[in-house]
Amino acid sequence: MAENRIVIVGAGPAGVRAAEALVEAGRRPIVIDEERRDGGQIYRRQPDGFRRTGTDLYGSEAQRAAALHKTFEGLKDRIDYRPDTPAWNVADGRLHIVNELQSESLAYGALIIAAGATDRLMPIRGWNRAGVYSLGGAQIALKAQACAIGRKVVFLGSGPLLYLVASQYLKAGASVEAVLDTARYYRRIKALPKLLARPDTLLKGIALTRHVKRSGVRLLTGATPLEIGSDGEGGVGSVSVRLPSGETETIACDAVGLGYHLRPETQLADLARCAFRFDGQTRQWLPEVDEHGRSSVQGVYLAGDGSRTLGADGAEAAGRLAALAVLQDQGHGVAAGEMARLARRTARMERFRQGLAEAFPWPHEAAAALADDTVICRCETITVGELRTVAREAGASELNRAKAFSRVGMGRCQGRFCGHAAAEVVAAAADIPLEQVGRLRGQAPVKPLPIATGRARS
Amino acid sequence: MTARFVRVGETDRARVTFSIDGRPASGLEGDSLLVAVLTETGHLRHSEFGDGPRAGFCLMGACQDCWMWTEEGERLRACTTPLKTGMRVVTERPDREWLKTAS
Repeated sequence: MAENRIVIVGAGPAGVRAAEALVEAGRRPIVIDEERRDGGQIYRRQPDGFRRTGTDLYGSEAQRAAALHKTFEGLKDRIDYRPDTPAWNVADGRLHIVNELQSESLAYGALIIAAGATDRLMPIRGWNRAGVYSLGGAQIALKAQACAIGRKVVFLGSGPLLYLVASQYLKAGASVEAVLDTARYYRRIKALPKLLARPDTLLKGIALTRHVKRSGVRLLTGATPLEIGSDGEGGVGSVSVRLPSGETETIACDAVGLGYHLRPETQLADLARCAFRFDGQTRQWLPEVDEHGRSSVQGVYLAGDGSRTLGADGAEAAGRLAALAVLQDQGHGVAAGEMARLARRTARMERFRQGLAEAFPWPHEAAAALADDTVICRCETITVGELRTVAREAGASELNRAKAFSRVGMGRCQGRFCGHAAAEVVAAAADIPLEQVGRLRGQAPVKPLPIATGRARS
Repeated sequence: MTARFVRVGETDRARVTFSIDGRPASGLEGDSLLVAVLTETGHLRHSEFGDGPRAGFCLMGACQDCWMWTEEGERLRACTTPLKTGMRVVTERPDREWLKTAS
């Protein structure tokens, strides 16, 4: 039984489409979801009693969101759905999960990890102040709770989410003071050939940018983040950036949405001992997958933004594809034509992803320029200077060693929000290429477990 | 301190009463604890490393910045905890005084 059991982690676009393909083949997967309801972050549902329409919530993607939710409703009786259940470890062919203080481990024949992504962050002095949120967090406040993160909001960073969230805030009637993009405008033009791999998505992106511009919001490109200033009570009071002209601009605000694209949640893949490779373009380590989503470990499959940031529709395709790969590997007859078609689609989306990374690059050079007193670890208030000291003086030029010496990456977020910047800081301080610094190893539990957690049946 | 979050819609939901640091507060049915607190005041807790108030960061259960406590000392992750009538939450660890005495 356990040899063939299929477990899916995540009920966002990738997890739902994977479950659907398995049910179509007569299988009954277990679907583990950390959230209370399906949809993942992108198609997160609003609580009961909220009345906004799908278009209010998901804009141009309202139909896709509705279709995904509907599909999942239809699957519920034919899968073993476990909401409100974080997965916290993978070891020896078993997935460890926890629900209501009861821990359980599930032996699997195939594990599809569709764990999604979180915001990719570069610190800025003052980002530990109350009122600074990740762009994703700013979006969740609006989408799931009909709230803006402040009265006067500045969005700072780069990537499609910067414009999407700004546009959503404006549509909802929130007050947006400025949108500050670290990327220079000309990069979008240079990236056009790759962005044309998905003309529809490109047009949607242009429409979003145009909406932000026409709303009269200040939109500055090529901004170099300097500082998030105080309101005198420890909260956000302003944002300062340097413009390409060399002038410094300070914008008064009481909230900041900050982020640079997304980073995949790879801890479970890491604990499952999947091989990673360094991606030079986006300067991060990503788990290796074949064109269908097979990892380097037999029986472990990766799909969605937890593997490659292809966006929600890319995740739907990748989820289905990974499930078909599972079925094929377990001896089911699978239409080779469909797999080839899905693989071609995800390849096209991958080309678009590369275009986005070119148009809105991760501002890695900012790490070397951070002042020593900038907090890099928000969890434990550890500064860039402390990390540089261990990299230079203690010779800790490998990231896990630097973590052990400095505690950067050891706090409650487990390096999710400081890890990529910490690697850049160490590489610059030690004057070595980023790939030599390595990456933070995933550690169980990947999310905090209450001390009172007990063991259930396994 | 003034409220941090601003409601931009869905305001015709039923009122839910609770308390923050012993002061009466109210939110709306369907609020997360984080939203209910931040539409009343400016922070959720103070950083134990001395760099001031904190008000959460990722809102999706990944950063662990938004922990609060009940008056009884139970820890609550505010972004993933639904608001319930009669909740009594505090922005400082209830055993903090004891910790100070112990050290």
